Amino acid sequence: MPGFLARRVLIALPTIFLISVFVFALQHLLPGDPVLVMAGEERDPEVIEALREKYRLNDPIPVQYLAWAGNALQGDLGISLRTNQPVLELIGEKLPVTIQLAVMALIIALVIGIPAGVISAYKKGTWIDWIANLVALSGLSVPNFWLGIMLILLVSVKLGWLPASGYLPLSEDPLQSIRTMLMPAFVLGTALAATLMRHTRSAMLSVLRSDYVRTARAKGLKEKTVLVKHALRNALVPVVTVTTLLFGELLAGAVLTEQIFTIPGFGKLVVDAVFNRDYAVVQGIVLCTGIAFIFMNILADAAYRVLNPRMRDT
Amino acid sequence: MRLGKTLGAAALLALGTGLAQAQDFRIGLQEDPDVLDPDQSRTFVGRIVYASLCDKLVDITPDLEIIPMLATGWEWSEDGTELTMTLRDDVVFHDGTPFNAEAVAANIDRSKNLETSRRKSEVRSIESWEVVDEFTIKITLAAPDATLIAQFADRSGMMLSPTAFEAAGEDFGLAPVCAGPFKFVERIQQDRIVLEKFADYYRADEIGFDSVTFLPIPDTTVRLANLRAGDLDMLERLAATDVASAEGDEGLQVEKATSLGYQGMTINVGNGPRAENPLGSSKLVRQALSLSIDRAALNQVVFEGAFAPGNQPFSPASPWYNADFPVPERDVEAAKALLAEAGHADGITIEVQVANNPVQTQVMQVIQAMAGEAGITIELAAKEFATLLADQSAGEYTASQVGWSGRVDPDGNIHQFMTTGGGINDSKYSNPDMDTFLNEARLSTDPALRKESYDAAVALQQEDMPIVYLYHPVWIWALDDSVSGFTPYPDGMIRLHGVSQSN
Amino acid sequence: MSAVVDPHAAAADPVLPKRQSRAWAKFRKSPSALLGGVIVVFFVAVALLAPVLPVPGPADTDWSAVRKAPSAAHPFGTDEIGRDVLSRMIWGAQASLLAGVVSVLIAVALGVPLGVLAGYRKGWTDAAISRVTEALLAAPFLILAIALAAFLGPSLQNAMIAIGISAMPVFIRLARGQTLSVMTEDYAESARAVGVGHLALIRRYILPNIFPPILVQATLTIATAIIAEASLSFLGLGQQPPAPSWGSMLNIAKNFLEQAPWMALYPGIAIFLVVLGFNLLGDGLRDALDPRDT
Repeated sequence: MPGFLARRVLIALPTIFLISVFVFALQHLLPGDPVLVMAGEERDPEVIEALREKYRLNDPIPVQYLAWAGNALQGDLGISLRTNQPVLELIGEKLPVTIQLAVMALIIALVIGIPAGVISAYKKGTWIDWIANLVALSGLSVPNFWLGIMLILLVSVKLGWLPASGYLPLSEDPLQSIRTMLMPAFVLGTALAATLMRHTRSAMLSVLRSDYVRTARAKGLKEKTVLVKHALRNALVPVVTVTTLLFGELLAGAVLTEQIFTIPGFGKLVVDAVFNRDYAVVQGIVLCTGIAFIFMNILADAAYRVLNPRMRDT
Repeated sequence: MRLGKTLGAAALLALGTGLAQAQDFRIGLQEDPDVLDPDQSRTFVGRIVYASLCDKLVDITPDLEIIPMLATGWEWSEDGTELTMTLRDDVVFHDGTPFNAEAVAANIDRSKNLETSRRKSEVRSIESWEVVDEFTIKITLAAPDATLIAQFADRSGMMLSPTAFEAAGEDFGLAPVCAGPFKFVERIQQDRIVLEKFADYYRADEIGFDSVTFLPIPDTTVRLANLRAGDLDMLERLAATDVASAEGDEGLQVEKATSLGYQGMTINVGNGPRAENPLGSSKLVRQALSLSIDRAALNQVVFEGAFAPGNQPFSPASPWYNADFPVPERDVEAAKALLAEAGHADGITIEVQVANNPVQTQVMQVIQAMAGEAGITIELAAKEFATLLADQSAGEYTASQVGWSGRVDPDGNIHQFMTTGGGINDSKYSNPDMDTFLNEARLSTDPALRKESYDAAVALQQEDMPIVYLYHPVWIWALDDSVSGFTPYPDGMIRLHGVSQSN
Repeated sequence: MSAVVDPHAAAADPVLPKRQSRAWAKFRKSPSALLGGVIVVFFVAVALLAPVLPVPGPADTDWSAVRKAPSAAHPFGTDEIGRDVLSRMIWGAQASLLAGVVSVLIAVALGVPLGVLAGYRKGWTDAAISRVTEALLAAPFLILAIALAAFLGPSLQNAMIAIGISAMPVFIRLARGQTLSVMTEDYAESARAVGVGHLALIRRYILPNIFPPILVQATLTIATAIIAEASLSFLGLGQQPPAPSWGSMLNIAKNFLEQAPWMALYPGIAIFLVVLGFNLLGDGLRDALDPRDT
């Protein structure tokens, strides 16, 4: 195992390098000048030149990249061109927010998705299966920004049950914090629940057909025991690996949900930074999410190998 | 430091939920402000925060008269090159530093000389300054500049604590220290800005809240939903199409004020090779474009009549408006005739770039339909804001639908756009007569004389039409009905003096 | 030499035709798959027939009929500047379906060859392609699409390219995995042993075998792509005015939920139905083509 991990981490390094170069190049190829955006309405040419010099935006691109990479390796990811705040600090602020959202969404997804998948696999072919599938697919088919707005109108305005937007850190007020995140987590979670349900269902289906389940049934074990102790445990193996991957995607992909519910997390930060050409922020975020995603990948592979000895040969 | 502030804010919130007396006022903003340093800041919403955080030398009334704030009075010398200001003696900055002429001098120096100062062009006319006595300062200008006092009613006149900015330098914006009714507590980018009441404020009795929280919520629907749900106490820039619904809502009140700014189409008349097209080279074609638009209908369709149609840099309600040129009615026949006169009887095709947000694209789609009937085919190029600005600056456009947020002094709405080599003259319009009128208008402080110059400038604009003015936005605020004492100002600022909320 | 069995004869896999008809029979028996198929065919027909259907033009404005409720003249009501919503729905079908299909075509056209190459050549080629794929996957999909669309300029075509490139990694992975597993099969090994050329091998063995899972994935990805286009339109990238697309219609409609709910209702339902249809179709195809299912 240690050999495997070391190898994977080593392989990950060129990928990380590729990601950083790719995003850097892309940003600088983007039309639009961050200094013009920063200069705002009154575009004083003197100020614009001063800003360009200060942020070394006149240097050739490879030079800028090397400067950035050099600093990044020492832990300095630059500052936001918009507010002068250090990028690392920004990430430190936003990361807990997005993680909280991701965890809550994942919990909702697991709570809805896995039982639904199990039931629908068990009752395959019946109307329960059909309904569950339809509901799952509906969860996948509705654009989440749409669902978000409808929820705000219904739950916040008409019913007044939950706050429409904003965010409170868990450390300040756990209950209120969860309340503000509930709707966005629900929106994200239901889409994930759909995917989870389908994976669980198909994993359960293949497990239920397998020999050891038939043996367990033949032995006369109660159906519930068969289901939970034998089938589910084995079906969960691919589901676990999918979950770890989904978590990585959640971390990075809650963009629209964060816009609608005004959750100050990663997704919102990156989108705004792209539109403002706030280079350093986009760089820093994509680097961090890239590393997180790769880490999740490695974790998923490791988990799969631990759970399924047959995979060790590949 | 951060922990302390967070704990402080947490304590404040705990107090807020525990005791009914500690009042927090929550304001919903359309955007997140940029850096909170008046010398470096460039967003409109930043100014809204400053209205509570940083007092200025002078302020305005809703009728745009300049009144004392941190300054008690001012006097111009005979030739208009010396401005002597007397200051209040009972003001102290949030960190205890006393406010006096030395502090003002340090502030002017920073606005002029800080490397990344965005205020340089606003205070360009200041040559030198002298501390006459503890509460009197004399400012000497290179040439007469009637606009300076109005500049002091905005960010250039905001007084920052010299102790703070000498220590923090360019990072002042991370923890701003000013002399306004509220002082800075904390700021979480794109989440909130929290200010708390400053006990030693010289007009503390006019302030009815213990803290103010600014919450940027970009989506207008969600912002209104927040207000309705009780998570906000007021919001700025209610969508014009939500006005009817909000006015009909018993729990809300709606306030309006016509903005100092405008929205229009800037036409490339001399900015690089792309100016060589029928629209850019012929003023007749530009006049035709203007005549093909039904501004009243535009206002009705897109804004439900809430905004103000316009044809000059100043709104029809402004004292600087040239009444000889009222907002024209649509005249398709005249437009076609002008096109024919310019040699384009078969019509023309032009590309107009526009910011890709729903409101502006709606405006342009309506104009597209209207102009089409006069033979002017418009192709729309919706661009992301950053690209739009860059292309406009570089001359990579035929016409660009952009606006200007407006300034108190009329010079701020026209000079930089219309003078040869003006800082924001993206159309590269150049007419020596225009330069004369606008530069003259800066010299005298007599409003009547200035109006003559601006009238002449506007008349010339109607001929040459480098910008086709379309409308003047109206600032619309929605407030919870428990809020009272709010006064709408045309500069769009939220002044909390005299505002209170009953539980 | 003549004693050797002609590998090309064996390559004309006798299993294939039977498998196809078995798959079709299974497909036909599943009600959800058929429903999906019907929905998809319906919307494709609407999109193709747009020019000849008797509705007003999608860009025809009418100042006096701004945001009017559904009526005989306008069955789905009118939008924020007086255009007929039904008409914009029909023309919008073209844009949304195009966005879905073309993006996926781009993703498949780029991804499958790369994946096959990686799985076939293995070694350094595989390593390089896999690292690039990982890098693409690690950049969050929507961020990538936003950055690409901003770089190329907001328009429907560029949105399709952006979505296509962002969706490519899935197909690379899939094609690579399938190629690897086909190559370990006996018939492939023996074909190589008797000297069947690379291209012939790919054409006769690999492509037919990877086609089913690619088809399934493509169908499901079309659904994702349609939602992605709606998301991009929400951010102002994607189909530009005055041309309609369901996503941009929804974007505007959310500001008028109280005053004109029909502006949001119909595009919302349409996106939902189309995406559902593709998902059902994809699922049906997967069940039908799955060799393990008896």
